[in-house]
Amino acid sequence: MKRFTAPALCLLLVLTLALPALAADKTLLMATTTSTANTGLLDELIVPMYLKDTGVEIKFVAVGTGKALKMAEGCDVDVVLVHAPDAEKAYVDSGVLMDRRELMYNDFVIVGPTADPAGIKGMSVINALKAIEGAQAVFTSRGDNSGTHQMEQSLWTSAGLAIPEKQIWYVQTGQGMIATINVAAEKNGYTMTDRGTYIKYADTKGGNPPMVVLVEGDTVLFNQYSGLAVNPAKCPNVKYDMAKQYIDWMASPAVQQAIGNFKLLGKPLFTPNAK
Amino acid sequence: MDFLLQGFLQGFFLLLSGDPETYSAIWATVAASTMAMIASLTLGIPLGFLLGHKSFRGKKIVRTLVDTLLSFPTVVIGLLVYAFLTHRGPFGGAGLLFTLPAIAIGQTILGLPVIIAMTATAVEALDKRLPMTLITLGANSRQILWATVVEARFSIMLAAVSAYGRIVSEVGISMMVGGNIKWHTRTITTAISLETGKGEFAMGIALGMVLLTVALTVNIMASGLKRKAVK
Repeated sequence: MKRFTAPALCLLLVLTLALPALAADKTLLMATTTSTANTGLLDELIVPMYLKDTGVEIKFVAVGTGKALKMAEGCDVDVVLVHAPDAEKAYVDSGVLMDRRELMYNDFVIVGPTADPAGIKGMSVINALKAIEGAQAVFTSRGDNSGTHQMEQSLWTSAGLAIPEKQIWYVQTGQGMIATINVAAEKNGYTMTDRGTYIKYADTKGGNPPMVVLVEGDTVLFNQYSGLAVNPAKCPNVKYDMAKQYIDWMASPAVQQAIGNFKLLGKPLFTPNAK
Repeated sequence: MDFLLQGFLQGFFLLLSGDPETYSAIWATVAASTMAMIASLTLGIPLGFLLGHKSFRGKKIVRTLVDTLLSFPTVVIGLLVYAFLTHRGPFGGAGLLFTLPAIAIGQTILGLPVIIAMTATAVEALDKRLPMTLITLGANSRQILWATVVEARFSIMLAAVSAYGRIVSEVGISMMVGGNIKWHTRTITTAISLETGKGEFAMGIALGMVLLTVALTVNIMASGLKRKAVK
């Protein structure tokens, strides 16, 4: 008898864990970016609201946009919520993703220490980046091919500068946004972040953060989030209908309004703009 | 600095207040690590016994290989398991990616070399006359295995505790193949990683305390078993 106990227990454990997975028709698997997860938008608003409205549980994996798109390519998720329009369009063109729908936006800002060693406060993005390069001030970059990282790289290019890949003052963290802001704060340097994550960061510092917004409002800093469904023609295993339903739900007036009302420190984190 | 003390206190609060998110992460951690431990032990003890007991050609090479695998980086294990379990991979059809069994598979690969290497060492360290005596007494090979394992039980238990320590504290595998999905595959370590990423340092420390408490409980239970085994 004793000899069979361990394998039997093992089998039982595997079964109890596997059963919910087999019966999991009521779940939708989504890959999304760290910004939507870290701000609490998904955990506190979208996931519970969707469960209430439709009875479907959203399971999300929060990674950089680059990896989220790769997961879609591997047929490992049903839907993505990301913010890198050029990369998204490339995936739509290659047939991996479809039904791209713009859902909400926030904007990128350049943040730095209150002392502002490179004197960039109030500048345009392009002048600010030139000033940072001129002063050799520390600039921390995500360095992880995320949506924010892709945006930052395109800004160096549009400022007519080479991406300062090997410069000693250019620090690539390879980590999430808040971790990257923390590195910048430790090194008395600058970084670029989406505003939603910055507000969350300010909130964790008790509303009195050592890093402040120095450059904002430039039109090039616009940060569009979109939902895309994984193409069932490429990935027969995905739940296309449910993915489509979810994206349309995100674009519905009630949800759009709820996104606009989602605030931290009295400030909205995302602005809805579905058409 | 103040987040250290705050996190320490918060850790006790999370445990005592029965916080559902914390207990969900504890369950995920215990479930995945238990499956991984059962698999590591059932595969690892016989293999470790063979490696320590039998002499065969290339034994030294196998031994070196196993010892090298002790340093297998968890992120690489995570990547390998991910490559096999992704829907485009060879076992994609099983739908295991982003589940606890997927984490357990990775953790088994992590724990197995520890069990094999330490069991082999323990078996080698036993009195060389033991197998001969057993053969003289007419034992078959399965009986020899069993008697040897019983003789080496404390060293094997040490191997199990070491493997458990590695398994329960890893984050690379759980993050990569589990996906850190709330209520499902969010283990204590991936939750710590997430909270730190969110800048909630105190919460990270608190969850670290929770993990240590879980490990302490397991080790107390293991030492209780040991006492029973002595009797």
